[in-house]
Amino acid sequence: MNFPAELKYTKDHEWVKVEGGEAIIGITDFAQRELGDIVYIDINTVGQTVNHEEIFGTVEAVKTVSDLFMPLTGEVLEINPKLDSNPELVNSDPYGDGWMIRIKIADTAQLDALLSDADYKQQIGE
Amino acid sequence: MKSTALTNVHIALGAKMVPFAGYNMPVQYTGINDEHATVRNSVGVFDVSHMGEFILKGENALELIQRVTSNDASKLVDGKVQYSCLPNENGGIVDDLLVYRIDEKTYMLVVNASNIEKDWNWISDRNTNGVEMHNISDKTSLLAVQGPKATAALQKLTEFDLAGMEYYSFKKGKFAGVDNVVVSATGYTGAGGFEIYFDNEHADQIWKAIFEAGAEFGIKPIGLGARDTLRLEKGFALYGNDIDDNTSPLEAGLGWITKFTKEFTNSAALKAEKEAGLKNKLVGFEMIERGIPRHDYEIFDAEGNKIGRVTSGTQSPSLQKAIGLGYVTLENAAIDTDIFIGIRDNKVKAKVVKYPFL
Repeated sequence: MNFPAELKYTKDHEWVKVEGGEAIIGITDFAQRELGDIVYIDINTVGQTVNHEEIFGTVEAVKTVSDLFMPLTGEVLEINPKLDSNPELVNSDPYGDGWMIRIKIADTAQLDALLSDADYKQQIGE
Repeated sequence: MKSTALTNVHIALGAKMVPFAGYNMPVQYTGINDEHATVRNSVGVFDVSHMGEFILKGENALELIQRVTSNDASKLVDGKVQYSCLPNENGGIVDDLLVYRIDEKTYMLVVNASNIEKDWNWISDRNTNGVEMHNISDKTSLLAVQGPKATAALQKLTEFDLAGMEYYSFKKGKFAGVDNVVVSATGYTGAGGFEIYFDNEHADQIWKAIFEAGAEFGIKPIGLGARDTLRLEKGFALYGNDIDDNTSPLEAGLGWITKFTKEFTNSAALKAEKEAGLKNKLVGFEMIERGIPRHDYEIFDAEGNKIGRVTSGTQSPSLQKAIGLGYVTLENAAIDTDIFIGIRDNKVKAKVVKYPFL
């Protein structure tokens, strides 16, 4: 499994890519494998500020449903528009075309608590 | 946790394993959608050795089966199979099962893995006329070979005329060089195919032979995940989801296997229930608005009144839409009725449709 070193991770299996005062968020390769075939990404929080570790949406796979947790407090600026018609991009390209949301980071101090790729791999026993 | 004779084969194939009914079982190999399509379009193999098998033998075997099951097993002839259920004494269902007539005095019952002990005790407690009972579950393997190419693949392994076998019939004999194999024209996918019962020690040999025979058709191993989506598209009830100790067989749409021409456990009460008119019905529905229904989500009418609950739901891989089964009050059970599924904080629109969905 692939965990790019330039990304940050959470114990809830999200990844974070920081771009200035904003961050792109998605789920990890491990998470998409655990979920299996993803059929619907349900995110209704655009324009809202969602707190760290609160739910910003849910991901529906054929077999199961899982909540998505905010790695950082921030305003949800955008949902990946491709996911509405192609939710399977989260399976095929979790760190690229399968990204989920872009947020405005409220508190950059929270970045320090995110996991490195090595920490995350240890967390999932890789 | 228990293993089947093939657990190590599944792990070596890279299956994702999960605990299911006390067994370590493969839930998927390549992915549910891919495996689902393999069974609908070609042929796939499920290890369902966790299922339970009981042999009932003796002069009174049929009499016992008639008392505990709802379908009429006296209609069976040698080599035929019947879908049936074990009603409980409170209006619900102990289990659903298959009844195989091997000969006039010998039957095989095939029960759900999660219910093996419960069913064994239930039937044993009612065995008042000396029927010989054997629980052969732990020594019996079961492979379901399902899909439109199953017949062509398996025909290479046996002299039985597979294409000539009727649905819900079986033969016992030589298969893939192994004696005493039961080849049954049954399944839980609606895709056609066979279920193959044999002793555990032959599992590796038979698994290998089936994959060699199916290679030209792209045969693949299939996990429990696709088993669930395949059965749901065909509207087959799943014990523990759609039917259980508290659901009425009549409300579950199992009236066709509930035969009041004979007496059986709770038959008088079930008959009275039928005559009084059912209050709820298991219906099929499809989502109109976006959302995936799941077991135990609530169902509402347009005014927001709770009218029932979802028992099974998924995104149908064949139909590419979200479908489900659920109990609703009879007045909301008509085809095309708008219903609303409680998904997280929302009431998401769906409508009652005919099932099987496919």
